Amino acid sequence: MSALRQTPLHALHVELGAKMVDFAGYDMPVQYPMGIMGEHSHCREKAGLFDVSHMGQVILRAGDYETVAAAFESLIPMDVLGLGEGRQRYGFFTNDAGGIEDDLMFANRGDHLFVVVNAACKEADIARMTAALEPGVTVTPVTDRALLALQGPAAEAALATLLPEVADMRFMDVADVVWEGETLWISRSGYTGEDGFEISVPAAKADPLARALLADDRVAPIGLGARDSLRLEAGLCLYGHDIDTSTRPYEAALGWALQKARRADGARAGGYPGADHVFADRAALSRKRVGLRPEGRAPMREGVDLFAGADGGDPIGKITSGGFGPTVGGPVAMGYVPAELAEPGTKIFGALRGKRLPLTVTTLPFVAANFKR
Amino acid sequence: MKYTEEHEWLVTEGDIVTVGITKHAAEQLGDVVFVELPEVGTEITKDEEVVVIESVKAASDILAPLDGEIVEVNDAIVDAPSKVNDDPEGEAWFFKVKPSDLSPMDDYMDEAAYKDFIG
Repeated sequence: MSALRQTPLHALHVELGAKMVDFAGYDMPVQYPMGIMGEHSHCREKAGLFDVSHMGQVILRAGDYETVAAAFESLIPMDVLGLGEGRQRYGFFTNDAGGIEDDLMFANRGDHLFVVVNAACKEADIARMTAALEPGVTVTPVTDRALLALQGPAAEAALATLLPEVADMRFMDVADVVWEGETLWISRSGYTGEDGFEISVPAAKADPLARALLADDRVAPIGLGARDSLRLEAGLCLYGHDIDTSTRPYEAALGWALQKARRADGARAGGYPGADHVFADRAALSRKRVGLRPEGRAPMREGVDLFAGADGGDPIGKITSGGFGPTVGGPVAMGYVPAELAEPGTKIFGALRGKRLPLTVTTLPFVAANFKR
Repeated sequence: MKYTEEHEWLVTEGDIVTVGITKHAAEQLGDVVFVELPEVGTEITKDEEVVVIESVKAASDILAPLDGEIVEVNDAIVDAPSKVNDDPEGEAWFFKVKPSDLSPMDDYMDEAAYKDFIG
């Protein structure tokens, strides 16, 4: 077994008393002494600092933005050309069957694209982009920068103490901000449903920046455990669980991420892998990702089989993410159900320890988003 | 007080044994969010699953330490699972069992042995 990789904040995590686990080949903090429940609530009420340096940061260049944007549209079903300078969007790579190969964020940074992909997929993503886009586009993995996320209602106030200009950013804006002589690439976005920022920082400055943020009483370090419960309550997909190579965008309830220009009737329809399969789903969907609220207190986790009735019948789907939602104060889950059972309010059943327990199909998110639009 | 390798503690009073989980176990589990206890009157068999306990992280089973009959359960921890983290070796006991055979008690660890066991 190869040694686990470490982020530039590894020593800080250990110093803060984090419990470390292997996540996508990195030795990462799953929780700090505050505990998952406390960290989750702290992030919803004040501000949480996350180390997401294991994620892949990639720069795509082809002379000017229009050229690189047009090229990137051959890999993802999003409107990249129409994205304004200093703005970011959510997206995903598709395969020839219309399944999702990874989800990502991409930003128009003036003369180039900045892409952030999942840690577990980054090597494959870089290979995919290199194979498909070079030599016209230069694909450059950014390996000398860390990535921090500061999330929560006090995130703006805490970051603005160091960098007053971030207060002017809106949800999904990106900007360069200089801190102690180094340029930070900041976006106003995140993975918690809360207002907040993601900050790409030169590796050598990551530890001092994290310490400067943690010096603020409102900011606490948050591990991967609470990151998962926060994103689940926010109804956000976890790649490899809620979405994967076998789930297509409309099934995953991610149709909102396909802008008009790339739809079947749009100016630049299709042109990405599996577009015909994606278009077919838009006309007639067979299954859909939904929110699920188990009745009672027992959490229903990933892998639980779902049934239409209290007894008999074959499974109709599976839970893809589930657990206890600290802000909701009860169990929450997401999973795939047949389209005819996807209406909010529909009662279905999950098999837990040999019993079928009721769940109600629910709109997502479970906790309302708190973005600064 | 006696301890099992499953991190249960057992206290004998007369012919009744009270069972809970140790502070060490509660710390390892993390924040407890759900507890399912057996019904009073249930006949239990040593090493069968009698309690389901779920933390924010994962589900765990607690195995019966003895053969016998459940005579009382602590509904307070079903209503407020976080008590298991707050006071695992006191207020947050799990159930009381009337054993049909007390002999396994001799095999369970005393406090010094349990402390060695958890290192």
